[in-house]
Amino acid sequence: MSNMLEVADLGHTYGDYEAIGGLTFTVRAGELVCVVGPSGCGKSTLLRTISGLITPSRGDVSLKGSHLAVVFQDYQRSLFPWLTVQGNVEFPLRSLPRAERRARAAEALEWVGLGKAAKKRPWQLSGGMQQRVAIARALAYRPALLLMDEPFASVDAQTRFELEDLLLRVRREHDTTVLVVTHDIDESVYLGDRILVLSNSPARLVADLDVPLPAERDQVTTRTDEAFVALRSKVARLLNVGKPSIDVEKWAAAERESLSETVPS
Amino acid sequence: MNKFLQRWSVFAGLIIVWQVLGVAADDPFFPPPSEIVEAAWEWWVLEPENVTEHVLPSIGRLLSGWAIASVIGIALGLLLGRSDRAMEYAGPLLVFLRSIPPPALVPVFLLLFKAGTSMQLATIVFGVIWPVLLNTVDGARSVDVTKVDTSAVFRIPRHQWVLGVVLPAASPKIFAGLRVSLSLSLVLMVISELVGTDNGIGSQLMTAQREFDYTRMWAGIVLLGVLGYGLNTALLAVERRALAWQPRSRDEQHA
Amino acid sequence: MRAFTRGLIGIAGFLALWELLGRSPLLPADALPPPSLVFGELVTQLTSSEFISHVVATVLAVLIAIGIAIAIAVPSGLVLGSVPAVRHATRAVIEFLRPIPSVALIPLALVMLGFGPETKITLAVYAALWPILFNTIYALDELDPLLVETSRVFGTGRVGVLFRVALPSALPFVLTGIRLAATTALIVMVSVELMAGSEIGLGYFIMEARSGPGRMDQVLVGTVVAGAIGVLLNNGLERIRRRWVAW
Repeated sequence: MSNMLEVADLGHTYGDYEAIGGLTFTVRAGELVCVVGPSGCGKSTLLRTISGLITPSRGDVSLKGSHLAVVFQDYQRSLFPWLTVQGNVEFPLRSLPRAERRARAAEALEWVGLGKAAKKRPWQLSGGMQQRVAIARALAYRPALLLMDEPFASVDAQTRFELEDLLLRVRREHDTTVLVVTHDIDESVYLGDRILVLSNSPARLVADLDVPLPAERDQVTTRTDEAFVALRSKVARLLNVGKPSIDVEKWAAAERESLSETVPS
Repeated sequence: MNKFLQRWSVFAGLIIVWQVLGVAADDPFFPPPSEIVEAAWEWWVLEPENVTEHVLPSIGRLLSGWAIASVIGIALGLLLGRSDRAMEYAGPLLVFLRSIPPPALVPVFLLLFKAGTSMQLATIVFGVIWPVLLNTVDGARSVDVTKVDTSAVFRIPRHQWVLGVVLPAASPKIFAGLRVSLSLSLVLMVISELVGTDNGIGSQLMTAQREFDYTRMWAGIVLLGVLGYGLNTALLAVERRALAWQPRSRDEQHA
Repeated sequence: MRAFTRGLIGIAGFLALWELLGRSPLLPADALPPPSLVFGELVTQLTSSEFISHVVATVLAVLIAIGIAIAIAVPSGLVLGSVPAVRHATRAVIEFLRPIPSVALIPLALVMLGFGPETKITLAVYAALWPILFNTIYALDELDPLLVETSRVFGTGRVGVLFRVALPSALPFVLTGIRLAATTALIVMVSVELMAGSEIGLGYFIMEARSGPGRMDQVLVGTVVAGAIGVLLNNGLERIRRRWVAW
C-alpha cells in the first residue's frame, strides 16, 4: 500500500511558543487515521501545516497527489451564505466546465443524502445538514487527502453519531483517505483504522495504534465491544503521559472515572 | 394596511394643516401646497423643456457621478481592505481627504475642468466616494478566518477570491455606504449647480430665488425631496434583492 | 509606531504627487498651486488675526449647530424609539424630510433668515439632526428587553426606565451619531458660507480668495484647514466616546 501523506520531523513554533515538537508519521492510501490529543496541544497547528495554510518552522509534509480538502469544525463560517447548497459544493470546482461541475456537485450531495436540498441556502438547514454540505463539498473536490478538523464537535450527540456513520460509509464507498483531528477519544477509536496519540504541547507523537476492530462499525455494538473499550482506556492512559498539565490531569481523572463506571473490573 | 393608513394619514394631515394655515396667512414665503403643486404643474408639465433641459440632466449627472464614485470606491476599497499594509499607508490620508468639505474644492475643479459637466462630476465623485470606499474597506476586512482558510485550501483562482468571496462578504457594508453616498450625491449635485452653470435643478432654484418666485422655489425643494425619496426607495429595493441571501432573522437560522 | 510612520509616508507620497501635478505643464497655470506654495501661505495665514477669526467663526457656528441638533434630536429620538405609535405616524413625514438636501434650503433660509449666522447654523442643524435622530432610535431598538424587564421588576416606572436604563445603554450609539453629525455639520457650514449667506467664516474666506484676486493658494489653505478641523472634530469625538463608554 502506498503512502498518501508523509510527515517527517514536522515542527512549528510561534515566537517562543513551541506548538509542535517534531512529528513523523504516514497515512496510507484509503486509510482513516485519527489524531487525538488534549485540547490546546497543537492539533490545529498540525492541521494548518499539513493543509498548507501555514509554513512549518521545520520538517517536511509531502502529499501524493495535488490537492487536499478540509472540513472545518465551524460549518457556519466555512459555508458561504450567499451561495446555495449546490453553489457551495461547486465552489472549489470553478475551473471545470459547467456541466461537469453540476454533475459532480449533484453526485456528492447524493452521497451525503442531501440531493433534495441543493437549491436551499445553507442557513436554512440544521447544523448536521450544514456539516454534510461541507463534507459533500470536500468530496466533490476529489481530494487526495480529506482533512477534518474536529468535524463533529459543534453538533448534538445524536447528529454526531449519524455523521460519524456517514463518514465511515462515504469513505468506504469512495475509497477516500481521511485524517481526522479530534480531542474525543471515543470518536477516534470508533472512526479510525489507526490512532495517532499526541502529547500536550509541544505536540509529540506518543503512540501510533492500530484499531483492531472490523471495518463495519455500529454505534451500539462497536462501542460495547471489548476491543473498543480496551483501546479507549489505553488511549486515555496514554494521553496522561508526556508533560501532564493540571488541565490534562483533571481531564484524565474524569476520563478514568467514566471508564470505571462503564467497565466492571 | 393599518400601519400604511397610520403612516400616511399624519402626512396628509400635516399637508392639510399647511394648506389651511397657508391660505389664512397669505404669506408670500409660505405658499399653501395647492399653489406649490400648481406651480410645479406649470413649470414641468406645461413646459416639458424644463424637464428635459434641467431636471433630467441633473439626474443624469447625479447618477453618473454616483456610479463613477461607487465603482472606484468599491474597487479601491476591496484592494485596501485586504491588505493591512496598504491601509497603514493610506489610512491617515483617507481620513484627511474625507474631512475636506467637497464644495471647498469647487473653485479648484472650476479651474481644472472649466465650468460644466466634468467639473460637476468631479465635485460629486470627490464628495461621495468616501462612504463607499471606507465601508468597502470595512466590509472587506470582515471576511472571517474560516472563509479565508476555506478559500486557501481549495486554491481558488484570484478572481474567484475577490469576486466570489470578498465582494459578497463585504456587500452588506457596501450597500450601507452606497445609500449614504446616494443621498450625498443629491446634495453635491445641487451645490455643483449653484455655482457656474445655468442648467439643472440647482440653478433653477437659484433663479427662482433671485426672481422672488417663492412658489417655484418651494416646488424645487419638494422636487428634490421626492427625488431623494424615490432614489433611496429604488436603491433599497435593489439592496433587498442583492442581499436576499442574508439570513433574514435569527429564528430562521438554525443554530 | 511603524503604522504611524507608514501613515506619514502615505501623506508624504500624496504631497509629492500634488507637488508634481502642480508644477507640471499639463494643468492650466495656477489651477493647482503645489503644496510648497500652499504651505508658505498657510503659515502666513495662521499668523493673521483675520484668518483666525474666520476659523473661529466657523468652528463656533459648527459647535452651536451640533449643540442645537443634540438638544432636538436626542429627545425626539427617545420618544420615537420608545413609542411605536408615534414612530409609525411620523414615519412618512420623516422619510420625506430626510432626503431634502440642506443646500436646497439655502434660498429659503436666505429669504427667511437673511445673511447672518442664523442661516448657516439653521441649515447645519437641519443636516446634523438626522444622524443623531436615527442613531438614537436605532439604539433603543437594540435595547436588551431583559434590562428593561429587570428594572421594571424593581419598580422603575416608564420614565425611570427611559433615563436610567435606555439612555445610558443608548449612549454609545448616540455618540456615534453625534460624530457623524459633526462632520456633516462642518461640510454644510463651509458650503453655506461658500455659496451665500455669510459675512465671515472659512467658506467665506475661500470664496473671497477665489472671486477676488483668484488666489488659488488661499483657496487651498482654506480647504486644508477645513479638512484639518474635520479630522480634529472626528478624532476628538471618537476619543470622548471611548472614554465615556468604558463599559
